[in-house]
Amino acid sequence: MLKLKIERAPAPVWMRSLIPIIAIPVTFLITSIIILLDGANPLTAYYHFLISPLASKSSAIEVLVKSTPLLLTGAAVAFAFNSGYWNIGAEGQLYAGAIAAAWLGMILKDVPPYLGIPAMVLGGFAAGMLWAFPSAILKVKLKVDEVVTTLLMNSIVLNVTSFLLNGPWRDPVSMWPQSPEIASGTVFFKLIPRTRLHFGIILAVVILIITWFVIKRTSFGLKMRAIGLSKEGAHFAGIKVNKTMLTVALVSGGIAGIAGAGEVAGIHFHLIDAISDGLGYSGIIIATLGGLHPFGVGLAALFIGLIDTGAQTVSRAMGVPVYLGDVVQSTLLLVTLSLFLLQNYRIRRVK
Amino acid sequence: MHAVEMKGIVKRFADLVASDHVDFNLEQGEIHALLGENGAGKTTLMRILYGLYHADEGQVFINGKPAVISSPRDAIRQGIGMVTQHFTLVPTLTVAENMVLGETGSVMINLPDVEEKVAAASERFGIPVKPQALIRHLSVGERQRVEILKALYHDARVLILDEPTAVLVPQEVDVLFKALLRLQQEGLSVIFISHHLNEVMDICGRITVLRDGHSVGTVQKADTNQKQLAKMMVGRESFGVKRQDQRQASVSSCLLSVQNVCAVDKKGLPALKDVSLEVHAGEILGLAGVSGNGQAELSAVLCGTQKTTRGKVQANGINLTNAEPASVCAAGVGRIPEDRHANMVGELSVAENLVLDQLGNFVKNGILEQDKIQKNAKTLIKEFQIKAAPGDRVRTLSGGNMQKVMLARTLSQNPAVVIASQPTRGLDVGATDYVRSKLLEQREAGAAVLLLSEDLEEILALSDRIAVIYAGKIMGVLPASEATPEKLGLMMAGSTD
Repeated sequence: MLKLKIERAPAPVWMRSLIPIIAIPVTFLITSIIILLDGANPLTAYYHFLISPLASKSSAIEVLVKSTPLLLTGAAVAFAFNSGYWNIGAEGQLYAGAIAAAWLGMILKDVPPYLGIPAMVLGGFAAGMLWAFPSAILKVKLKVDEVVTTLLMNSIVLNVTSFLLNGPWRDPVSMWPQSPEIASGTVFFKLIPRTRLHFGIILAVVILIITWFVIKRTSFGLKMRAIGLSKEGAHFAGIKVNKTMLTVALVSGGIAGIAGAGEVAGIHFHLIDAISDGLGYSGIIIATLGGLHPFGVGLAALFIGLIDTGAQTVSRAMGVPVYLGDVVQSTLLLVTLSLFLLQNYRIRRVK
Repeated sequence: MHAVEMKGIVKRFADLVASDHVDFNLEQGEIHALLGENGAGKTTLMRILYGLYHADEGQVFINGKPAVISSPRDAIRQGIGMVTQHFTLVPTLTVAENMVLGETGSVMINLPDVEEKVAAASERFGIPVKPQALIRHLSVGERQRVEILKALYHDARVLILDEPTAVLVPQEVDVLFKALLRLQQEGLSVIFISHHLNEVMDICGRITVLRDGHSVGTVQKADTNQKQLAKMMVGRESFGVKRQDQRQASVSSCLLSVQNVCAVDKKGLPALKDVSLEVHAGEILGLAGVSGNGQAELSAVLCGTQKTTRGKVQANGINLTNAEPASVCAAGVGRIPEDRHANMVGELSVAENLVLDQLGNFVKNGILEQDKIQKNAKTLIKEFQIKAAPGDRVRTLSGGNMQKVMLARTLSQNPAVVIASQPTRGLDVGATDYVRSKLLEQREAGAAVLLLSEDLEEILALSDRIAVIYAGKIMGVLPASEATPEKLGLMMAGSTD
């Protein structure tokens, strides 16, 4: 009889970089079941999902628009994860950045763009840091699990946003709960006229390159990676674990905050309740899919941007709910994580 | 007829023979000690008896009948109970609930009935335990008694205790010994694993000594003494690298001084009690001792990874009491830790690990100087004969090469003081000799070397002076010329003779 045995044997390094690429077809295979249940043809659906958005110039640009905040939340999460700080709160830090941007947009009435735009970026960064601070300090001082606290901070900021929009910041002329329109000097300029593509994507790419440089090329980056891989080993080597981790957590929050500021200053021009529809959580998927490497994160963010755009195309063309996009994203995360785990084992035949 | 008889037991782990044709027998109603150093094969042998390991060769007889014990369940059915160093109780359940845990005889559990039975057993064997008490409210000693009671509850006639006193304070040891004598009167047989000569002579009738997986022999207590046991336990041929001459240590300056240091272990119990040591330039001070007598804590304190509760540490003229690892490094203290896996970053490359504790030398304006890091790695790989490329992840290296990376990182910084903790543990002969020769090189170069080792042969081969630690206290310091394995063995076992 054929007997199989599962044993622990890590896959070679080159296989690791292949995992995200293997994960994508597997994910589509799994999600086909759901599409079939909805009575649609999976192949047509995936055509609309992946190819249609790129077929026209306007929708291809829309993919970039969708990717802009994802590049930042992905970079934010990957930065934190590299040092073993499990920041699940990019969503909340993004909201904090958006609130700060909306506030700056209200008070900086006649500011010129060369002051207004940097103010929005720095404001978003500061607010994201501020929102990341309680979880970070609890982690390094009292060893409170950051997964729990960063997640809880998300709920708090959502309610703060709701309070602001239904209370003090409610724009009286609007039907919807939204803050007043931001001053023109604080609006991110357009890269291509008559599209939604704005300065934010340049900013996002620059930040992604900076995070790559910091992680891979600086001594701070080596320290944070060492902490992420072995706290004990890093501490033994004289690295200040708590201080480094605190810095990483705050910077990660700041980057996510910039994503929120960008959404306000480049897309919506108001603070709205639905400023992020899970962009921060998508950042976790992107960071994982990108193998925590900033350039991998870049590609993953574009891919998730494509899926987000594609979900709308599929929905319009075939009547499949847009939530399919979320299903694909979530399945992708599970498949990727499973593959990362399974690569440590191999199946062997035993006689 | 023997309660337990083990014949020709062989157990191999890869190429290590943990148990090499060991014979062992246990009589009805005796307390039998299994004595030996760490790694002598005591626990392996008992794990085979309890069905946790499977012997590659050999046979086990229970009450004269051949027995196949392939799991603890079989062992329990044969009337064998084992209390390991790590307890297997569920802290949130009561004593009685823990007793019946894993019993699948019936769907319903009649808890009052169980509690009654536990109370009766506790009364009968003189082991005071409240059946309704939650485990988490009990002290370590009480938990151990519950473990023993649990074995008795399952009708054990043979009780294996794996270093039962290791976790106890002296008062609890007395309670344990009283309980064991009571069990003996009830006709139970006890196997008592230990490396403490005092205890063994205190309570056991016969003693079997194991060394390096072999049985050295079984002796009656009446026919032996601590000296003979110590000799049986540690005596072995030495080999390889040795220091050449004897140093007159006191003439050179003191580079490492440890004064009245106290520290606690992970459980918060005192692990170091008023430890004072001085290591001079150009000498190796060996610190001998059986594992778990405070060496790990002393090493951690000196490496900057653990705080003291009292006392003072000074190295190279700098006060390092409770200093962070970074300041310890900066003071010129080279550290070779006991656990090289935990104290390096396995997923980082050899080159990165080689600079991790001296990043300041390889950074310009916060940016890593990659060329310099690679060059450093290439030089050290050549100098220290490390079989690896600079880009290899340290985790993929063999133990010997990993240790060479640690040595290279530490010794290339020309430390004034070297703390080497179990530097050759788990290494093959070649790597062991290499590491020892490097330590001697440091001594020649005028460094003060503190060598913490459980390997007496290593201590005797390398040290100029030898200190012995037992139960967190320094038992004494001898010049190497006056130290013999017997003398040290007695001190290591806490003998008060």
